[in-house]
Order: sequence, then structure tokens, then C-alpha cells
Amino acid sequence: MITFKLNGKDVQAEEGEFILQVADKYGAGIPTLCHHKALEPAGMCRLCTVELFDGRRTRFVTACNYPIWAGMEVNTDSEAVHQVRRLIVELLFARCPDVPVIKELAAGYNIEEPRFKKKDDDCILCGLCVRICEKMGNSAITLTGRGVDIKVDTPFHEQTDICMACGACASVCPTGHIKLEDITKHVVKPIPSEYDMGLKGRKPIYVPYAQAIPNKPAIDRSKCVHFKTGGCKICTEFCGVNAIDHSQEDETVELNVGAIILAPGFQPFNPKQYETYGYSAYPNVVTSMEFERILSATGPYQGHLQRPSDGEAPDKIAWLQCVGSRDINRCDHSYCSSVCCMYAIKEAVIAKEHAEHDLDAAVFFMDIRTYGKDFERYYNRAKNEQGVRFIRSRIHSISEDSDTHDLILQYADEEGTLNEEVFEMVVLSVGLETPKALVEMAHGMEIELDEDAFVRTGTFTPVETSKKGVYVCGAFQEPKDIPYSVMEASAAACDAKAILSSARGSLVKDKAYPKEIDVSSQKPRIGVFVCNCGTNIGGIVDVPQVAEYTRSLPGVTYVEENLFTCSQDTQDNMKEIIEHEGLNRVIVAACTPRTHEALFQETLRDAGLNKYLFEMANIRNQCSWVHSKEKEEATDKSKDLIRMAVARAQLIQPLPQPTISVDKKALVIGGGISGMTSTLGLADQGFHTYLIEESDRLGGNAINLIETWRGDRIADSLKEMVLKTEEHPLIEVHTKSTIKDATGFVGNFETTISHEGADTTFKHGAVVIAVGAREHKPTEYLYGENDSVLTSLELDKALKNEDKKVTNGKNTVFVQCVGSRDSERPYCSKVCCTHSIKSALELKEMNPDMDIYILYRDIRTYGQREELYREARRQGVIFIRYSLDRKPEVEQEGSVLSVIIRDYILGRDIRIEADLIVLASAIVPRDNESLARLYKLPLNEDGFFMEAHAKLRPVEFATEGIFLAGIAHYPKPIEESIAQAKAAASRASVVLSKEQLTVEGAVSHVNEIMCRGCGKCVEACPFNAIELVEKEDDKSAAYVQEALCKGCGSCAVACPTGAASIFHFDDQEVLAMVEAALN
Amino acid sequence: MSQEFSPKIITFACNWCAYSAADLAGVSRFQYPPTMRIIRVMCSGRINPNFVLKAFQGGADGVLVAG
Repeated sequence: MITFKLNGKDVQAEEGEFILQVADKYGAGIPTLCHHKALEPAGMCRLCTVELFDGRRTRFVTACNYPIWAGMEVNTDSEAVHQVRRLIVELLFARCPDVPVIKELAAGYNIEEPRFKKKDDDCILCGLCVRICEKMGNSAITLTGRGVDIKVDTPFHEQTDICMACGACASVCPTGHIKLEDITKHVVKPIPSEYDMGLKGRKPIYVPYAQAIPNKPAIDRSKCVHFKTGGCKICTEFCGVNAIDHSQEDETVELNVGAIILAPGFQPFNPKQYETYGYSAYPNVVTSMEFERILSATGPYQGHLQRPSDGEAPDKIAWLQCVGSRDINRCDHSYCSSVCCMYAIKEAVIAKEHAEHDLDAAVFFMDIRTYGKDFERYYNRAKNEQGVRFIRSRIHSISEDSDTHDLILQYADEEGTLNEEVFEMVVLSVGLETPKALVEMAHGMEIELDEDAFVRTGTFTPVETSKKGVYVCGAFQEPKDIPYSVMEASAAACDAKAILSSARGSLVKDKAYPKEIDVSSQKPRIGVFVCNCGTNIGGIVDVPQVAEYTRSLPGVTYVEENLFTCSQDTQDNMKEIIEHEGLNRVIVAACTPRTHEALFQETLRDAGLNKYLFEMANIRNQCSWVHSKEKEEATDKSKDLIRMAVARAQLIQPLPQPTISVDKKALVIGGGISGMTSTLGLADQGFHTYLIEESDRLGGNAINLIETWRGDRIADSLKEMVLKTEEHPLIEVHTKSTIKDATGFVGNFETTISHEGADTTFKHGAVVIAVGAREHKPTEYLYGENDSVLTSLELDKALKNEDKKVTNGKNTVFVQCVGSRDSERPYCSKVCCTHSIKSALELKEMNPDMDIYILYRDIRTYGQREELYREARRQGVIFIRYSLDRKPEVEQEGSVLSVIIRDYILGRDIRIEADLIVLASAIVPRDNESLARLYKLPLNEDGFFMEAHAKLRPVEFATEGIFLAGIAHYPKPIEESIAQAKAAASRASVVLSKEQLTVEGAVSHVNEIMCRGCGKCVEACPFNAIELVEKEDDKSAAYVQEALCKGCGSCAVACPTGAASIFHFDDQEVLAMVEAALN
Repeated sequence: MSQEFSPKIITFACNWCAYSAADLAGVSRFQYPPTMRIIRVMCSGRINPNFVLKAFQGGADGVLVAG
């Protein structure tokens, strides 16, 4: 260690260090232009000149390359130093008068005009570029010439192919003199960012995306200079913790496992092969994935809607559907990709929201396939309220106006009129496909793929591959959306857990939390994290202003702004800040506690704080999103919401969290395919399960069905399933039984069933609701008046009985959407298109001479069902479209039944005499009200049960311990019902496999001394959680069973003496917020 | 009275329904006037009449109990 004087003060540093390094460390900044931490210092720019006193005399040295020695005295800030630097700057300014960095330096020394002759150079000959190129292991450039002719150049003054175009020289050049294009023969282009679909560049060292797990940078071996030349390694000089190891090799890790789940996903179709769409040639033709990035706050344009060619905001955007789907001419994808209609509508709606002025959004489609839960409503809203245009036409080609880069579409509308429209941007709704690498992986694993390169599975075994013990979920099985993928993921887990049940828990490690810090004697030290949520909050609310205001609030000791407070790196950071700043209350001003409270509370626990020391201010869902046009008011409201949260945070206290035991049994309601699947899933995992069925037999709606769309005989599989259920040692089946009463809570339910007048009560830890749904009985098309008008299920029955009336007819007409997609039931019943087409094919097979007409609104044979649609057309089934305002009419004259429908292509009404009319009738929910009331479950507007989260928690209810499966959730085909039922079993087993559960701490409590035993709270409690307990002195007092208490606080309001109160929401805490809100 | 009346409204919202409905209004981007301040409670049954009176006493022009 060497000691010397720096600006009059003693400083210490290691031998071998230079003055500049040490001065930086001690905060005495020395200006420099040619210094780089990773390069040998050269003292070229002379700007770092300092004064050195060696005990005898004073002289000037360059700080960057002058090594320190003991006893020397350095002055970096004296009048003499500044005089020398001023002269150096003046000389540089004379040489390069137009270089911004030099102009700034000159301005700093008040030099308006140099005293020397001005040149117009922009290179200060610092040689940084040359030194860094050498460091790269390359030396493609050097300083050539002599005297006044010296300059940075390549050999023979020509572009060189030795240069790798790595860009290091340009990136270090202080003046901007170096132009990579002058040096290299290679094409200079940024490394395309995979995450941003190539719309943005990235570095060879990069974090794949902001929320990546683990959130650590990776080195791209194929782009890193070190792996090309052996040079560089500059990153190691900058990494403060020596985390970079270039010698790491790929390694093969062998794991012994009992089951494998394949969830590798899909790749978006590359539309390059659609030559007529000009995707490669026209900059403003983008794929839907690229458009997702354009709309994203973390995307290439920070969420501003702009087009690639010129960065202008487009006024007109077109979406072209079915690119790489439903097409065997330009690609070999006969299937429908299932998700594109919905995402295109979503993109159009969001684009309209993002646009600063009115955006014309047009979707060109063949059939709109919004068959998922609540999708049809979204489509209707996009069309009728948001004004997205939907045009039924498949676009053949796109041409471009080469001056403006606008795009010209020609299309025929439904009347057959040719139109031409100019759009400023075109989004190609690309389909989903299996990447080649996955096909190879499947071959390597000997897993059977189907003709579309998706994993072959069975209707009754939707997540099992052809290889035992290997399961699949998500789009590798068939293109599908998020909720269905999530269901399949849990279903695959269910199957895997069944075969691994004996090993359950054997490798579990309990998460250890640090000991809770006792904050009871501390004053509140509140930390506030204000989230931008990308641009969701920051685009509307002035977050810096809000953060500044928050700093002034009482008790607040720390405030920080985040791009995404919920990201993993922010959580790590938050934990450190809590510890470092000694915070004992944390507020996150972001989205809603309903979705994010638990995440932040976990971070508090990791930092040793009780989770109840946390509070949220909802400045997104209840502020920026609902006041998006009133930015100032939204900013003020955010301040108010944070002030309210701070007021409350002063008062909140840590709370204990008691535990309760779990009854490891399950109860499944509904004995159809879904109910039986859940029951078997649970029993196979080793949990005793009660199956309650209302009718006298198991099977549900499937009893009436003949074949799945894949051609499996349903009766055979059903029989096998019933037998397995009835014979399973862990399953108790109760038919002819209804649910009479239900009490309890997760882990400890009590359900009373009624069987022929006799009641039985079961104790169990989890419930699965799989009560199914029923077929709508139509009130139109002469249904019920004429025997030849049947519903789909009635047709199946008739076919089963080989009814000649059905099979011998000459003309059969199917009418789709009977009772679906209308004002009364604005949802799609999902299965009817496939069912009608499948039935039509069956009828054709039995009676090839039969003429079959299918009257439809959109054909929704999503996924690989599309093949059935293609086959039906091949076999001559006639499809005629109708619209809701011009529905077909059925007439009967004598014994002749006929259907009248407007044919759009002919432009006139046509009459079809029909021997048989099949109504594809809607699936409607059962009367679910009483069951919903008993278990306190929500129903949606249509009467189906409502899951906790439409995308991410599709089989769970918001009420813990209760799960959902099958068509009680929403209409769906058998394979999806089975996947959902297995998922429900899987999620239920998460509860049942635990020995005990933790109860929330925010429960009510009764102060026994103040309680006079009046029993008002017992009456008020909706959860039967309070009872009166006799005390020794003959009086009684109320007692709260914490496990039953939901913390509603009704007791606290009912209590006349103030004995009952509620933790975490007591009177003071609520009133503090009222007061703060009105301040 | 040239200024437009801008009422201060205090809303007590039940965590399980009204509060999540207010969240859903956000997700759906429904727009409403920025004059309301929502206070989350675990149930509308938690609302002591005293809270309402205190709000008025503090200067609120309206109180909404939603649950």
C-alpha cells in the first residue's frame, strides 16, 4: 500500500496504480478523452495533466499513465493545472471546432474562439480506436503517416475484410470520427434482438428480456469477439465480482427421472415463403409477433405505435388472417392455428387504444374463430364499440407504393365487388408450427408425431404421448391458447404425479425464511416503490413527480421508481434495500393487491419482515388505466392514493399466521366424464375421493354421444372409465345424491349429501365442481312441432339406433348457432361446428346419395378439426353462410319441410326441401345457483362457473380449495374437459398433499374483558366462525375460530362495546385512510 | 360559481367484489371521473356507519359503499 498526498489530503492505493485511477476512487475527477479502463494508458490527449511535487520541484504529468509512489504530492485542481488544461482544450478546439464533446470542454473554459488557426478535423489522434482494435486481437486499423499527416487508417487506405465489424473502435471514439463503414468490407448491422423480433439490436452480452429467469446476462458465443480472436475480455475488467468465465464449456448433465413432461412450445410461421405478401421486401409488412413487440412498453419503440419504415404513427392498419394456417398451397399447414383470430382482435383493439388519433383497424379473415370463454363478447365489443372493421376476404397479394412505403390491398367483398385500399401498415397473423428441432427431438425420443408434426395423443388421454411416462402439454400437442395450455400443463403434472405418487415429497426442501425482525418498538420507517409498469402507469401518471411528492410524506424514509416493480431483479433489489435502509413498512404503488400483494409479501418475508407490514397503492387499475385521458388528475390521484397508503402504513402491525391440519380426502360433484376423470386423477395419486352424481348412473352427457371428432367410439372408453371409477379402492361413488349443505374451508370442508331422503356428511379437504351443462331446447325452426327437426344430441341418439328416417333422407340441413352467439347467449358453444360436420360425414358414409347443407355463420373447426371441414367440402357437403340479421327460415307445407336462406354469392333467397333438419343447439349451463350459493362460488353472466383467472388459473376458484372442470366452466369438447379435469385433480392434490395449511393473520379477535357476551357478533358472522363460550364466572364471552374467520369484519361493526375488532383493518387504520384522502 | 363542481367521493369497496370490479374496470379501460378515492376493506359488512359520518365530517361530498 502506498500513501501520497492528493489535493492536500493523504490517500492510499496499491502499487502499480496510476494517478487517474486513484483520483477517481477518491472522487477527484480528472477529465480525459483517451483513457479506457481496460486498455494500457497512453497519455495521448494530455487532458488529464496534473501538477506533481516530488519534494524538490513541481512539474506537469499525465495522470493516466503516471504510476503513483510514496510521498508524492499531486494537485488536480490548481490554477496552474487549469491553465495547462485550458491550453490543451484550446488546441483541440482549434483542430476539431465542430465536435460536440470538445465544444463542451471549450465552453467550460470560456473559450469562444481559439487563438490558433482553425481546422475542420474531427479526430484528436488519441489512438483509442487503434488500441482497442489491438485489444480485440485484430489490428485492422493503425495510426499511419507522419507529422501533420498522421491519421487513423486501414492498410492501403482501403476497406478491409480483416475488420470483423465488431464496432469496438466506433464505440470508444470520443469524437465520433470513426465510421465503421469506412473501415470494414463486411456489412455493418446490429445483432438482431431475438426478443424484439429483430426490430432492435442487442449486444453479444445480453439479458434476453427484462423478466428473464434467471435475470443474468449471457454471452453469445457466436458473436463475442473473444471467441473469434482470443482477444478482448474487456467485460472481465468491468465485472466487479469476477463472475465472467470465458473458459466455461457446455456440459452434459444426466438426471434420473420417473416422468418427463414436454412443454417446448411452438415457433411462429415465417411468412417469407408467401412471396406475394412481400414480407421480406416491404418494411411495413410485419408479423403479429413483431407487432406485439411494437405495442409493448419494453419493445423497440417503447410502446409507441409507429411503423418501421419511417417511425411515423400509422392511421390505417390491416391484419391478414390465416398466414401459415388453413393453407395447403403455399405451406403445408392444413390446420387452423386456433389463436390468431383472437390475438388479431386484441392487437387491433390495443392499437386503437395506443393510437393518439383515430386509427382505422381492419381485419381480413375467412371465419372469425372466437370460440373461447368470453371471446365472442370481446369480438362483438371490438366490432360494435371500438369500431374495428372485419372484412371477410382472403387477400391474395400485397403491393407497395415505393415512395411512401404504404401498402395496397385489393380484395373482393362479400357482394363480389372489387375494392382497393391503401394501408400504412399490414400485420400478418402468422400461425403456429412445430420447429424442425422439435421434430428431431421427438424422433430421438421415439415419440409419435401426427401428419402436422404435433405430438399424437388420444381423446381420452390428451396429455399422454406414445411413450409411457412421457407427457406433453401446450402447443407442441396442437396449437392452443394460454388457458388451455395451462390446463394441459396441470393435467400433465397430474398424470406424472400419479405414476410418481410413491415418491411424493421425498426430495422436498422446505423454504427457510430468516427470523422475523421485531419492529414493535421501532418508529415506522416506510419505503415506497413507485412502479411505471412499462408505460401502463408511467405513460399517464408523472411518476417522477409522484415519487418526489412521496418523499415529503411523514415516516417515508426511502422512495424509488421502477420500470416494473414486480420483476425478479426488483424483488432482489427490494430485499437488499429493506435490509440496508432498515425499512419496517413497505408500500408498492403499482397495480392491484388482488394479483400482486402475495408476491411482494414474499419479498418482505425474505427480508425478515412480517408480511402484514406491506401495503399497496393501486395507481394502475384504479388510476392510470381509468383516467388515461386526464394525465394531471391521474397524477394528483396517485399522490392521494400513496398518501392514504402511507397514513395506513403508520398503523399496520405484524400479525402471526396460525396453521391448521388438512383432511386428505376430496369430494367431486358430477359423475360425467370430467367428474370421473378428476376422481380417478385424485384416487390414482392416493387420495380417498367421494364422487357425487345426481342421476342414477355415471357418464353424463357422454352417454348420448357416438364418436369424437377423431373417430374414437365414445361408448367403449366411457364404459372403461365407469368401470375403473366404480372399482377403484379409493373411490366412493354416490349416485342419486344431491348436495344439501356445505360448510368449512380449504383443508377442512364438510359436505352433506342427500340420497333418497337420507343425509350423510363427509369431511374432506378439497372440492371439484364438475356438474356439466345441458343442451339448449330450441324455440325456433319448428323444433318440437315437426318430428324431422332434431337437435345435435337427438341426431346422435337416432344414429345410434340406426333410425332409417335419419339415414335414408335425400336432403339434410344442419343449422348452426341455434341459441348461440345471439343477444340472449352472446357466446359460442365451441363444439357444434365440429359436431355437425362430423355428423354430416357420417351421414354421407351411410348414405352417399344424401345432399347435405350446413347453414353457418362462421365455421369454427379450430386446430386440426379443420381437416374435417376440408374433408366435408371434398365430399360435397354444401356450406351456406347466413348472418344474424337474416337467419334461415323453416316452413312446413303439408308434409313438405323446407328451409329458406339467402345465398350471398347468388344474391337471392334459395329454398331447400329437407327430409331432416338438425339444429346445432347451444350448450347452456344447468341451474347452478344453489350449488354456487352453498360453496360461495361466482357465476358469470351466462350462468357458467367463473374461474379465479381466465388465463392463468383456469381450474381454480378464488375460494381456496375448490376447483372447476368440464363444461360447467364453459362448453368444450371431451379432450379439453379431460385435460381440465386432470388439471383440477392436480391442483386439488397440491392442497391435499400438505400436512398443514397456514391461516391468514388478518382475522377478527374479541377482547374478552370488554365482551359482555351479547352474541351480536355470533349473529353477524356469515362464516359461523364465532361462538359464545361459558366463562368461569357464569358469564359468557365470544370466541373466534381463526381458521374459519375470513376477516370480513362484520363482527366488529355489530359489536356494541368495541370488544370485537379486526386485525389489519381496524377502525383506526381505515379512518386514517379516510382522513388522508380528504386532506 | 364559475367553477365546475368537482365532488370528493370516498368509496369503501369490498376486496372480493367491488374492489376487483374496480380493477376490472381498469383492465377494460373504462373511463370514469378522477374524483373518487377507493378504500379497500375485506367486506362491505366491515363498514361501520361511523366511517361514513367521519368521511362527511372530513369534507367528502359523497360516500359510496360498494360490496
